[in-house]
Amino acid sequence: MIKVEHLVKSFYDKTVLKDISFEVKDGETLAIVGFSGSGKSTILKIICGLLEADSGTIQTSEGDIAMVFQYSALFDSLNIFDNISFALQERKDLRKKYSQADLEKIVEEKLKLVGLQGIENKFPSELSGGMQKRVSFARAIVTNPKTILYDEPTAGLDPISSTLIEDYIVRLKETTHASSIVVTHQMSTIMRTADQVLMLYDGKAVFQGTPQEMCNAGNDYTKQFVTSSLTGPMKMLTE
Amino acid sequence: MIQGLSTLKYIFTGQINWKAVIEQSSRFGVSSLPITISIVSMTSIIVAMQVAGEMVKQGGGNYVGMMVALLTVRETGIIMSGFAIISMIGSSLASELATMRVTEQIDAMKVLSVDPIKYLFVPRVIAGTLMMPPVLIVASTFGILGGGLASTMASELSYKAYFSSVWAGLYIYDIKVAIAKAFVYGFTIALISCTCGYIAKGGAKGVGLATTKAVVWSFVAIVIWDLVFSIAFFF
Repeated sequence: MIKVEHLVKSFYDKTVLKDISFEVKDGETLAIVGFSGSGKSTILKIICGLLEADSGTIQTSEGDIAMVFQYSALFDSLNIFDNISFALQERKDLRKKYSQADLEKIVEEKLKLVGLQGIENKFPSELSGGMQKRVSFARAIVTNPKTILYDEPTAGLDPISSTLIEDYIVRLKETTHASSIVVTHQMSTIMRTADQVLMLYDGKAVFQGTPQEMCNAGNDYTKQFVTSSLTGPMKMLTE
Repeated sequence: MIQGLSTLKYIFTGQINWKAVIEQSSRFGVSSLPITISIVSMTSIIVAMQVAGEMVKQGGGNYVGMMVALLTVRETGIIMSGFAIISMIGSSLASELATMRVTEQIDAMKVLSVDPIKYLFVPRVIAGTLMMPPVLIVASTFGILGGGLASTMASELSYKAYFSSVWAGLYIYDIKVAIAKAFVYGFTIALISCTCGYIAKGGAKGVGLATTKAVVWSFVAIVIWDLVFSIAFFF
């Protein structure tokens, strides 16, 4: 479960989040959509502790919070095995819990879950963008988190790789039963992965509902977003 | 400041990954040694060439070795070694950590509940602190030898006279102070370089800026330390 209430965040004199509230139940996925700079990634960074909110409360289920970063953020000096087992090898509370054989088994299992096997000794630079993203999924779920945050998981990928990534988001939801938030711009990601949609504009929530409601019975904001129209209530930040 | 205190906390509580320290030590020591030896040797050779002929002419030939050795051990050896380490290793540390920052690798580390200070700073700072003295000793030895070679070539001074003068003028105290300086410089360079990289912002420009800051602030810091050491031990 992720429960966010009255979240406010400013950077210098610009308020990027203005009283945002939502709840994601166990095993559900919320898609957060909106223009670039509307505060979507800021919400994820506040939930996982990288940023502090000015005010508001956040509650999550007990257990780890995992995040899949927009550009994977794999440790480029480590091979795939060390990337995936990083938390298990370096975290004080987990370090002595696993033998080398355990680590090998866990890494193999996680790689299998994202459809990649036998790449443990490769380095991130030897993999394609889509493969890097899948490795970052494997790294994120290595501690069996109860909350998974995806920051534009399909950004920069071709349509087929995007579909594959969307499938893995659904598969991870089914296998981990974690609550997930997906920040995305892509309708296919919303339709295929999300149970709920939160739309942000100018730091405010302008729509909350299911993907079907967004497409069929939304408001002027969702209509503009779904039809990719230049005319509507949302103006580009440069205007 | 915060990063420095956290690093010290991990070091003094013994939370050290020695395998990573050894990896970083090889970077500080082995890879920087050829350039450090070259710079310190050349500086001593230049000093010897400039003064040996004149000092011999003025009847001060017996002091050439002493002067080159004192200058190398007290000042040029450590300062030039510091500059070489800053240029080669400090800049590389800063750009490495800055790249990790702008590509969100440091954020990923935090989300995985691993403290980047412990993982990134501690091994690098320990390696910098421990490796600077051996680098200084080797480079200064080559510097004194190079100074001897240049002195005998630039004047009628013999090797024997040069080295007798070295041992007459150089005290264990000078060597001890130089080694103490090396520990402090190594710590300072590693900490400043890591910090500048760690707090980098933006993209490629941010990485470049972090590297420049690391080099400039490390230079400034070791010159300030040099002044402090000179006042404290030789004034």
